Amino acid sequence: MNHLPLIIKREYLTKVRNKSFIIMTILSPIIMIALIAVVAYLSQLNNSKQRTISILDESGFVEEIFKDTDNTKYEILSDVSIIQAKQQAEENEHYGLLHITKGDNIDSVLEGIKFYSKDTPSITLMEGLESKLEKKFTDLKLQQQGVDIEKLKSSKAKINIAQESFLGEKTSKIDNIVKLIFGGLAGYMLFMFIIIYGNMIMRSVIEEKTSRIIEVIISSVKPVQLMLGKIIGTSLAGITQFIVWIILGGVLMTVVSAIFGVNMTEMQAPQQELMQQAMETQGADMKIQSLMSAIYHLPLTNLVIMFLLFFIGGYLLYSSLYAAIGAAVDNETDTQQFMLPILMPLILAVYVGIFTVIEDPHGTVSTIFSFIPLTSPVVMLMRIPFGVPIWQQVVSVLLLIGTFMFTVWFAAKIYRVGILMYGKKPSYKELYKWLKY
Amino acid sequence: MDNLLVADSVSKKFGKFTALNNVSIEVSKGSIFGLLGPNGAGKTTLIRVINQITMPDTGNVLLDGQPLQSHHIKDIGYLPEERGLYKSMKVGEQALYLAQLKGMSKSEAKKRLKYWFEKLEIGDWWNKKIQELSKGMAQKIQFVVTVLHQPKLLIFDEPFSGFDPINANLIKDEILQLRDEGATVIFSTHRMESVEELCDHIALIHESNKILDGKLQDIKRQFKTNTFEVGLVTDNESDLTNLIKEKFEVSKADFKSLNDDLKLNIKLKSTETSNDLLSFLTSKAQVNHFNELVPTANDIFIQTVKNS
Repeated sequence: MNHLPLIIKREYLTKVRNKSFIIMTILSPIIMIALIAVVAYLSQLNNSKQRTISILDESGFVEEIFKDTDNTKYEILSDVSIIQAKQQAEENEHYGLLHITKGDNIDSVLEGIKFYSKDTPSITLMEGLESKLEKKFTDLKLQQQGVDIEKLKSSKAKINIAQESFLGEKTSKIDNIVKLIFGGLAGYMLFMFIIIYGNMIMRSVIEEKTSRIIEVIISSVKPVQLMLGKIIGTSLAGITQFIVWIILGGVLMTVVSAIFGVNMTEMQAPQQELMQQAMETQGADMKIQSLMSAIYHLPLTNLVIMFLLFFIGGYLLYSSLYAAIGAAVDNETDTQQFMLPILMPLILAVYVGIFTVIEDPHGTVSTIFSFIPLTSPVVMLMRIPFGVPIWQQVVSVLLLIGTFMFTVWFAAKIYRVGILMYGKKPSYKELYKWLKY
Repeated sequence: MDNLLVADSVSKKFGKFTALNNVSIEVSKGSIFGLLGPNGAGKTTLIRVINQITMPDTGNVLLDGQPLQSHHIKDIGYLPEERGLYKSMKVGEQALYLAQLKGMSKSEAKKRLKYWFEKLEIGDWWNKKIQELSKGMAQKIQFVVTVLHQPKLLIFDEPFSGFDPINANLIKDEILQLRDEGATVIFSTHRMESVEELCDHIALIHESNKILDGKLQDIKRQFKTNTFEVGLVTDNESDLTNLIKEKFEVSKADFKSLNDDLKLNIKLKSTETSNDLLSFLTSKAQVNHFNELVPTANDIFIQTVKNS
């Protein structure tokens, strides 16, 4: 008799109706958005604070390059000694004082530039000042050597290397960044999904053991069916939660940004910075166009199909292991010793994804890890946007499916014996014995 | 064939540990079969084999003449010793779920649940969660769930644990009624008085082996020692005792009696009958109490396990 749909339905409904599940589903996006809003609001506060910087330029070279901006005001001091200048800056509560000493030539001026401030100045501010000064002094030095600055500027060549694969596929830097984001997002989502809902499956197996209902159930249903039903039902509940999070998060985000006027899309995530840098190299009007074409250039069909395959395969692989752990122990505190071997490859996969795939998506390390079934879902998902040969994808998926079938068999064995064992904290040796029962 | 269930030389090992060693039982239709044995003897393993939870290493089990198959699940109702229900699920929902797992349709399950809930006067629990019920109340639900799908074979492992005497009696009557309606019952327990009350046939399993098997009546007959309890009214107890001792084997007896009698256990030789004893006694004293000592299931259990 096939009871799978019945079990899935029960697992799903019990999870979804559970109070703490409902609270988590609704509260998590609210908390997340609230946090983002607070951070965004604070950083905006910080940015909008005006700073005044005193400039004491004794060399007379650079006064004109400091132009006031929204956030920064420059106060040019003249005819004061450095000691007085420091005093003034401190009394007027200026952010800092930039001192450029007098010198016989440019080189000696360069050596005597100093910034005084109450606290350690922010890195971005210092970088801004440095680049301003560098530019001016470079021009000055060029002029000194008789170079015509205008000519130099007009003869500057701007290069944006067009990328094309041997097969004629056009790519660009922005393409790469889009790929990175797609791949990273997919891999990270899988990682989160496995950890959150794998644990949920484990707890649900333990609950059946501690409530002693397991033997009643198992006299009507095959253990494998019960295990699969649990895994699938919990995953469906997980997907429901994910969808609610995305919708609720989106709505809240819009509402919050409308109310507070905080533009959250401008929040500077590291990838977005990369993105901006990449876009700055192209014309601003080309921005959207190139972004669209970057997305268009992604192997979308391949990506979606493989995403589904790897996501389902990877998730089932790990969740069957979680179910086996749940069956082997009596309570949650005993799970620790078995959790490490599961978490290790998962964390490894994410690290490999972050550190090597970005650097070299088709390098040896990334390629190898995209074949090992325990890491392949995460790593391969990160690699695919960069274009992985179909044979590699197929081999990796087959390996994953093979391993998945093996782990389900293995987990079912442990599960079958474990659910009827009470009051014992099993060792690995014992688990091995169970396989032969 | 009037055997509903036949287990033929079933063996099961867990690693080096032998849980069942060539155990065979035959359970005839419409009987109550007592499966007895000390803790860890292998009873639960045998029951799990019958329920297809555990596969035997060797031997086979026939239900109604057919080797066990997955469709037999709906013919068996099993109340395990380690039992429980989903704590956060509502009573009605849970009972429906478990009934559907046994292959019942939802509407049929609802109808039969209503019947049972009314019968056991638990109708108003439908929307309660299990965690709101007492242990005894939860046990009632568990019983209903076990018998709901009208299985041919009912297996009860310690069915009375967790019940107060009134409810235990109620459940006992239900079991007897189910038997009368045609169900066959396998009954595993340590409570020997309920074995006396219920079982037609018993099998005793000890250290993975079956060491005793048969109709309870036959076994009792086999174990009885031809000993009689007598209560006699006499003026001179020691004289009378000596007189009896000359003819019979006598030991001290201990039974409850209204009178302050001389109480003796008298064992007869196989050639002697109770009438011989009775006529001898009546000629010597007034007999107030005369009763054949029949071994209780408890005595048989302890004796057999100790001797094996």
